[in-house]
Amino acid sequence: MLVSTKWLSEYVNTQGLDPKDLGEKITRAGIEVDAVLDRSHGMTNVVVGYVKEKVKHPEADKLNICQVDVGEETTQIICGAPNVEAGQKVIVARPGAVLPGGMKIKKAKLRGEESNGMICSLQELGIEGRLVPKAYADGIYVLPETAVPGESVLPLLGLDDIVLELGLTPNRSDALSMLGVAYEVGAILSEDMKYPEAAYTASNVKATDFLKLTVEAIEENPMYIAKVVKNVQVKESPLWLQHRLMAAGVRPHNNVVDITNYVLMEYGQPLHAFDYDRLETKEIVVRLAGDGEKIVTLDDQERTLKSNNLVITNGNEPVAIAGVMGGANSEVHDGTTTVVIESAYFVSGSVRQTSKDHNLRSDASARFEKGVDPNRVILAAERAASLLAELAGGEVLAGSVIVDELDKTPAEVVVSPDFINNRLGMKISLEDMTSILTRLKFDYQAANGLLYIKAPTRRQDIKIEEDIIEEIARMYGYDEIPMTLPVEESKPGGLTSYQAKRRQVRAYLEGAGLYQAITYSLTSKEMSQKFALETAPVTELLMPMSEERSILRQSLIPHLLEAVTYNTARQADTVALYEVGSVFLGETDSGLPHEQEHLAAVISGKWLDHSWQGEKKAVDFFVLKGIVEGLMELLGHTSELTFERAVVDGLHPGRTASIKLSGEKIGLIAQLHPSEQKDRDLKETYVLEMDLAKVLNKEVEALYYAPVSKFPSITRDIALVVDSEKATGELQAIIQLSGGRLLKGVNLFDLYEGEKMEPGKKSVAFSLTYFDPERTLTDEEVVNAHNKVLKALAEQAGAELRG
Amino acid sequence: MEAQLQQLKEEVLQKIEASASVKELNDVRVAYLGKKGPITDLLKGMGKLPAEERPKMGALVNVVREEVTTVLEARMTLLQEQAINEQLEKESIDVTLPGRPVKMGNHHPLTRVVEEIEDLFIGMGYEIAEGPEVEKDYYNFEALNLPKGHPARDMQDSFYISEDILLRTHTSPVQARTMEAKEGQPIKIICPGKVYRRDNDDATHSHQFTQIEGLVIGENIRMSDLKGTLSVFAKKMFGDDREIRLRPSFFPFTEPSVEMDISCFKCGGDGCNVCKKTGWIEILGAGMVHPNVLEMAGYDSKKLSGFAFGMGPERIAMLKYGVEDIRHFYTNDVRFLSQFHRTEV
Repeated sequence: MLVSTKWLSEYVNTQGLDPKDLGEKITRAGIEVDAVLDRSHGMTNVVVGYVKEKVKHPEADKLNICQVDVGEETTQIICGAPNVEAGQKVIVARPGAVLPGGMKIKKAKLRGEESNGMICSLQELGIEGRLVPKAYADGIYVLPETAVPGESVLPLLGLDDIVLELGLTPNRSDALSMLGVAYEVGAILSEDMKYPEAAYTASNVKATDFLKLTVEAIEENPMYIAKVVKNVQVKESPLWLQHRLMAAGVRPHNNVVDITNYVLMEYGQPLHAFDYDRLETKEIVVRLAGDGEKIVTLDDQERTLKSNNLVITNGNEPVAIAGVMGGANSEVHDGTTTVVIESAYFVSGSVRQTSKDHNLRSDASARFEKGVDPNRVILAAERAASLLAELAGGEVLAGSVIVDELDKTPAEVVVSPDFINNRLGMKISLEDMTSILTRLKFDYQAANGLLYIKAPTRRQDIKIEEDIIEEIARMYGYDEIPMTLPVEESKPGGLTSYQAKRRQVRAYLEGAGLYQAITYSLTSKEMSQKFALETAPVTELLMPMSEERSILRQSLIPHLLEAVTYNTARQADTVALYEVGSVFLGETDSGLPHEQEHLAAVISGKWLDHSWQGEKKAVDFFVLKGIVEGLMELLGHTSELTFERAVVDGLHPGRTASIKLSGEKIGLIAQLHPSEQKDRDLKETYVLEMDLAKVLNKEVEALYYAPVSKFPSITRDIALVVDSEKATGELQAIIQLSGGRLLKGVNLFDLYEGEKMEPGKKSVAFSLTYFDPERTLTDEEVVNAHNKVLKALAEQAGAELRG
Repeated sequence: MEAQLQQLKEEVLQKIEASASVKELNDVRVAYLGKKGPITDLLKGMGKLPAEERPKMGALVNVVREEVTTVLEARMTLLQEQAINEQLEKESIDVTLPGRPVKMGNHHPLTRVVEEIEDLFIGMGYEIAEGPEVEKDYYNFEALNLPKGHPARDMQDSFYISEDILLRTHTSPVQARTMEAKEGQPIKIICPGKVYRRDNDDATHSHQFTQIEGLVIGENIRMSDLKGTLSVFAKKMFGDDREIRLRPSFFPFTEPSVEMDISCFKCGGDGCNVCKKTGWIEILGAGMVHPNVLEMAGYDSKKLSGFAFGMGPERIAMLKYGVEDIRHFYTNDVRFLSQFHRTEV
């Protein structure tokens, strides 16, 4: 809502208050002033000029040499506008003027001819093109004959004005009108209101003799009033009315249309003007449209109506979409003589639906959607009638054509001052409360320790006690609210064990060198299940904004890979990222998808940097595997953890493993398939994804200290020759199982495959640690245990001791 | 024999003096003082002396031996020190060479902000509540006093999955779910999480972003409690000298509703480009829980009351760290992420 402070001052006294300060006061009281706009843009030296003479420029077809009376002198100005003519009063920017675009006006020569200024269009004075009356849209603006050469044009065009741009929240639709804003400002400043007048002499002829009205859809349209005005002369509106409309962001058309828009802006009550003769039937019928019924609206679009759209008809065909836009067939035009002014109460839900159905928003629908004041329907109609009489020479017929079943009772709220103070944590006196209600022009009675309040119908947002609390508080000032902390039973706050563990997981991964990434949950169909640990029916948006973001992901890896590709393309040597986020699988009983929190990581490029010490190492499978092992150790699941070869689409078939806890698959770890790497222009890249929720929800054994032993341990190293295919994990398992209770540690320390080995064989070396916490082991005991291990290795894995 | 002893002494002392290394000196020790050395030989040869001369001679030999040993040990200490010094000299390094880098990642800046806020409120007795990102229309809107057709639903265009299911547009449904689960009991929670709105991604909009909200319900929770709580938050988060101001606003789920500004942490309120010359920065929305919201979750709004507040970690991170484009948070450029490593203050 754009509020001209000059216009506003017609209804409420704001004198002596700087518009900026006024804006600040309005903001602090509850309606945010988004901008304070100076319509003059600081312009000076822009005056009325009288074009005494116009001749064609001898050297340029499109230019005219004008002799212009600018008050103190007559001066020559070259003008290129197609519509400049001798005898016009025009806007002249004199040398020294600075126009809103930053253009500085100087004396100049145009093709040899002197030009002492510029004849201006409205656009050049900073008025948006869409607001300039059509007649002047492509040329200079012509002022009325009464304009006096040499005088500043700013007051004449209403540009000596400051406009407040209000950012209205949906509850404050009452401020979608100048009067509504005036009420608010009046309450803030404790100033009284001055209401607009609606005085005219009505004709003897009765409106009801001219027009018949039937409302068939009373639920959607509980009130409709029509005024009939004869002998109207359609012409340009007076300048003051035009510039007020432009200040409010409305383009002037002709006096009849402008008056309906003016009253809309003034009262917040949308009006519509029909050409009575073009209605043809002398009848208005309000009804729901037939499905598929058609209407051409004022914007020359043909629209196909739906059966729930409310329409105004002439008894035969629609002449307007109720509350949204008029029809072209009944539009007021230059030859119109009799006008029907419609003022109605259309129910908000109906208008919202219709407006949505046709994707059509107007100043009218915006107000109906939020609910207009039932008590202004008649007032606005009368105000329009009086302006038509005054500005269009119209003869207003007596009375109105009216259907009215609208409930106009104000909402009643009963609230105790104690309740107000309790909720606010304040001690506002009853006197202060009632004084605020008076300023707000709320009817109230104070009795029995209670306030009985009747909220004015313009304030549809006031319904319950809490609404009154807000009104009192905002007018009293939020700065006055003290600062306290809740008084309650003191309880410790904290994280759940899941949340605490998740933080530890993050800290661990970051300590291991990974950066936390956050990527989008929405992805493309193609990526939604790629690399997924588990797939289920996907969750798809009804109306995605793009195919790229149309489905919820079932794996975090694709978007992490995107981030890796992005970074690699920007010269990052090493990219190591992890993400904790949800994947969305199938559907639960409640209809929502299963949301599982997953952990994913991707590493690519170098792991050890090339430093002056000469080390440099690319990432590999075991870097990521080590991170997983460390993580499981942190979470207390080392003994349950195993890795198994696996095959997953898009991943390297020889370098993929399932991660299992107690035999249950909880994740995967793999190298990205070389062809996938190539597609993304990546070096060797390793990925990890696991069902974090499953891991974190797993029970963990209590942590007990094991006494630190005084006795030494004994270590024996063995080098084994086995078949190349033999998994070292299997050997390790054999050793652990056969080593007995004294074997406390198995550590692989060397792996060799190559020239020195027989083909198809490899050498694997383990270091075995034997230990008894109770005593020092004898050689014999160790030899016995160790022999059992060697025997088992030979029998179960065909392993020989390497000579 | 005495002369022989004197000569031997001279000889040993000379050799000790001439020894240039620990090893050489040890050789001298073995050669002269060892079991097969000449001094031992002398002692062995004493048996040939007359019995009355033996004690005198024995004492003499011992004196010489002690004297020699003392000199030798002094020389030994010196040589050892020299050897150590040489060793240390050889081991010197260029201490200005760079150290081995410790590879460390760090929190995403949004997580950093969220955890900071979480911890701050945990210290005031709050718990962290989380909920699904795909929500029922009921929890996202209806339970929050936003019935179907409510004009305020236009404020947030949503991604619908079906007529009743959508991607949550705020973290408020977690509040609605918590209230329902707590069955009339007091509540004190912080709800962080991802939310989604139908926006084209640009410098100031993102179809996915983060929210963090708080909810307190109890007996006689007052608006002054909200103001006090927000003030504690503002000071802890943005500095002890921050002031706050509340402005009336509108949210369907709170009444009264407010927006909170803090005095600009860059200019202190004088006006700069961070606060757009106003001295104030809008940080969050808040209000007293709407009685309809309480009633719908089974709370008696006459007996219990509450406040709620919500803010965007993106906005806070952008303000705090001067990030100009919201898309940076979702591009995951390592050159961006790695800047949020070090501690503040």
